[in-house]
Amino acid sequence: MSILTQPWPWYVSGPLIGLMVPILLIMGNKTFGISSSLRHICAACIPGKAEFFKYDWKAESWNLIFALGIVLGGLVAGYFFANPNPIQISEATVADLSSMGIKDFSGFVPNDIFNFQSLLTVKGFLLMIVGGFFVGFGTRYAGGCTSGHSIMGMSNLQLPSLIATICFFVGGLAMTWFILPWIMSL
Amino acid sequence: MSKIKFLTLGFIFGVILIKAEVISWFRIQEMFRFQAFQMYGIIGSAVVIGVISVFLIKKYNIKTIKGEEIKIEPKKFSIGNIIGGLMFGLGWAMTGACPGPLYALVGSGLLIIAVVLLSAVFGTWVYGCLRNKFPH
Repeated sequence: MSILTQPWPWYVSGPLIGLMVPILLIMGNKTFGISSSLRHICAACIPGKAEFFKYDWKAESWNLIFALGIVLGGLVAGYFFANPNPIQISEATVADLSSMGIKDFSGFVPNDIFNFQSLLTVKGFLLMIVGGFFVGFGTRYAGGCTSGHSIMGMSNLQLPSLIATICFFVGGLAMTWFILPWIMSL
Repeated sequence: MSKIKFLTLGFIFGVILIKAEVISWFRIQEMFRFQAFQMYGIIGSAVVIGVISVFLIKKYNIKTIKGEEIKIEPKKFSIGNIIGGLMFGLGWAMTGACPGPLYALVGSGLLIIAVVLLSAVFGTWVYGCLRNKFPH
């Protein structure tokens, strides 16, 4: 059982994530990618007048089912295979984040910011609502996310995917080093 | 049948995301601060395995289990790869999650992340509605 409750090292989990690429291709002729599911949710629930959401989303429903599978996997791994110990974060990161005011390092997210009460604070609203908006808007405008571009696209040696991945990192670095300290001070 | 297949594969991927700890907001911060190797090891080894797999599929013309030709659409460059990519990068460091981890986090019982996920759906919707106003 300990193999299920212990966190998996990068050289186990990384190759397993990479194997999703050939497994999806061989089992279903599907290219790995998650962010399209957000578009299918829009097309299914709130298509409105936009041409972008007028397509046969049911033909792409495998992607939604895959996303539902991720939720169930998260549920089982989160409840039944949960690591009893807090995630081992590097001391330097803990020190940096503590100096920005984060106190709770026990969960997957800083529980002192990511909670329903702080949705009404400027800091919480920016990190959760605006952050989520950027994820949804940005991935669709970029034509994919970490899975569709950084893993699937790069596996197929696509230059646009390399460019997108570099931009993901530049955006993340700009947020982490320049904007996040300001948001945390609000 | 195919529904069960993709549900199972998604399930496995969800378990991997949790056990790899890539769903942790703190891990993403570690990565962007260059304070741990973990995330680079994961993404790097995933890409290496992916590159080798796609190479082998093409070289040996491997078919799907149904015997179909495997098709991978090429990605076409658009300025959106840059602008959208930068935007997603900002959101990635704010929420500590990309779309896959958002689903896994909701499953793990963090209901607050459902709000982040809904906001991401809304972001995709706004993009879809205003799409013609942006360069592509």
